[in-house]
Amino acid sequence: MTALLLRDLRLAVRAGGGFGLGLAFFLIMVVLVPLGVGPEGELLARIAPGILWVGALLACLLSLDRIFALDHEDGSLDLLATAPIPLEGAVTMKAMAHWMTTGLPLVLAAPVLGLLLNLPGGGYVWLVASLALGTPALSVIGTFGAALTVGLRRGGLLLSLLVLPLYVPTLIFGAEVVRRGAEGLSVTTPLLLLAGITLGSIALLPFASAAAIRINLR
Amino acid sequence: MEMTVAGLACARGGLPILEGVSFHLGPGQVLILRGPNGIGKTTLLRTLAGLQPPLAGTITAPAETVAYAAHADGLKAVLTVQENLQFWARIHGTDTVSEALEAMNLADLADRQARNLSAGQKRRLGLARLLVAGRPVWILDEPTVSLDAASVALFAGVVRRHLAGGGITLIATHIDLGLEEAAVLDLSGFKARYQSGAFDEAFA
Amino acid sequence: MSIWEYANPKKFMETSGRALPWFTGLALVTLLAGLFWGFFLTPDDYRQGSTVKIVYLHVPAAMMAINAWIMMLVASVIWLVRRHHVSALAARAAAPVGITMTLIALFTGAIWGQPMWGTWWAWDPRLTSFLILFLFYLGYTALWEAIEDPDTAADLTSVLCLVGSVFALLSRYAVNFWNQGLHQGASLSVAPGERMHMTYKLPLYVSMTGFALLFVTLVLVRTRTEIRARRIKALLARERMG
Repeated sequence: MTALLLRDLRLAVRAGGGFGLGLAFFLIMVVLVPLGVGPEGELLARIAPGILWVGALLACLLSLDRIFALDHEDGSLDLLATAPIPLEGAVTMKAMAHWMTTGLPLVLAAPVLGLLLNLPGGGYVWLVASLALGTPALSVIGTFGAALTVGLRRGGLLLSLLVLPLYVPTLIFGAEVVRRGAEGLSVTTPLLLLAGITLGSIALLPFASAAAIRINLR
Repeated sequence: MEMTVAGLACARGGLPILEGVSFHLGPGQVLILRGPNGIGKTTLLRTLAGLQPPLAGTITAPAETVAYAAHADGLKAVLTVQENLQFWARIHGTDTVSEALEAMNLADLADRQARNLSAGQKRRLGLARLLVAGRPVWILDEPTVSLDAASVALFAGVVRRHLAGGGITLIATHIDLGLEEAAVLDLSGFKARYQSGAFDEAFA
Repeated sequence: MSIWEYANPKKFMETSGRALPWFTGLALVTLLAGLFWGFFLTPDDYRQGSTVKIVYLHVPAAMMAINAWIMMLVASVIWLVRRHHVSALAARAAAPVGITMTLIALFTGAIWGQPMWGTWWAWDPRLTSFLILFLFYLGYTALWEAIEDPDTAADLTSVLCLVGSVFALLSRYAVNFWNQGLHQGASLSVAPGERMHMTYKLPLYVSMTGFALLFVTLVLVRTRTEIRARRIKALLARERMG
């Protein structure tokens, strides 16, 4: 199964755009917001947790439709579905590859972008922690959305519409962790809830994703 | 390995297109499926490969014993020939691809990216995947498309060796592969009669 | 006789065809009675004045918005487990009704909120939850519309409905956590020390029954339409194959 993960990572590196796209979008978002709302440091500091989380979420959303579309077009998905590895496992590996090419760079870049938004000192640790804990859920949930729309020619917009409401709890708890961290409050509750969502999604959603793919391949 | 198919019916887009398909294949036997375009050859093969459930009937060979080669080869343009094949070998739990490359006459191209292959070379790489899958039943959908005469003969040889090892092969093709021993099944006779509509419950 | 016999389209069409006029009549009578009673025969609230009477639209619509989703969930599970086409089509038929109910709840909420809170929209947890529910409905309907093959569409939307239900519930708690809100507490409460007087409660019950009957009527009509559409599709397909 790691063969699948390695192949996807290799494809992301060679085809280009894999790592850069989400990150570039994240950067654009963080640069545009101060230009839009004005340069006052206090205002930026207050909205920074939300902007950073919304930016990460949208950057994630941007690359979702690539998770299965290419494999579906060139026939690999058919072959994976008939391969000896369980489709649930294959789906998990695809989600993991998506996280490593999209979520992980965001986690690493977030502190620098937090600086641009004047995020208060206490927030940085929790920004990185919440993104590291929350972005895997974004990838797994997104993979489910991609599995639902895999057979559709113009699935991109529909995919966003399907996935967006599913992202709500992750966004709320993730941004709350950073907000509380920046204000020096206790972050335990939202952090645990965020971890719960991520672990629950990783444990259960691959079954739904694999079922959706089997239905779509019929 | 044996494969018995009895009373199989399958659907495309929710509509039954074939029904009553039955045949039996023992070790080392090969069956060629024929029939006009649109009769449902691909649908039948996908059903046999376990990609879609049959409407009715039984298949004795479980999907885990089937290696399926479709129209699309599942190749990644930016990976080399070696890497493409290696990936499928790992997925199927084998690790040596050199024999398969040799058998399909691809050894010289091992380090070339798949996007730089000709259509026929891509096809050969797609078929080489059958050899690393290590599964006894081969289900092939128009395997000889874009192959030249020499490659067709090469591939026929590969199929013969598979059969000699006790394997089973099903081929949907319009081109003569030169497999004289092959049984032929014409699907024209199994076209689903239109009485069984897609939403037949509605008329119960 | 098993209840599943009604899942046979022909049987369903017969039974629902006979039941439909009754449901239509009952829905009209209770709905009009409940709304008339609520709007014109109850005294004004000492604090909220006559504004409070929008409760007779707001609360029943909100209740049916949630119940419609629950009905879709049950129908989806029945389709996935027992493969009854009527069940899948009923789920599809309920979605637009649920969307309408959600919109009614959101709009009446805004109209109620304006004089009470001084704003048309507040990111109050309940209103926010309904906005999110609206997004769930939109996604569900869009998926139905996007997929051509009806059985594939039924399967995928059912899976989405199952997963969506879990996340809708999670969102509900997340939103509560996020903002404690301005909303007044549940209008109806079975606990002692109830917040609403019987004079207001009784017409509300009638109005809720009316909305429930209206929902059943609309879903029946729409399911019958869906079945007919499927029959036409099947007939056309036969003709093509013929």
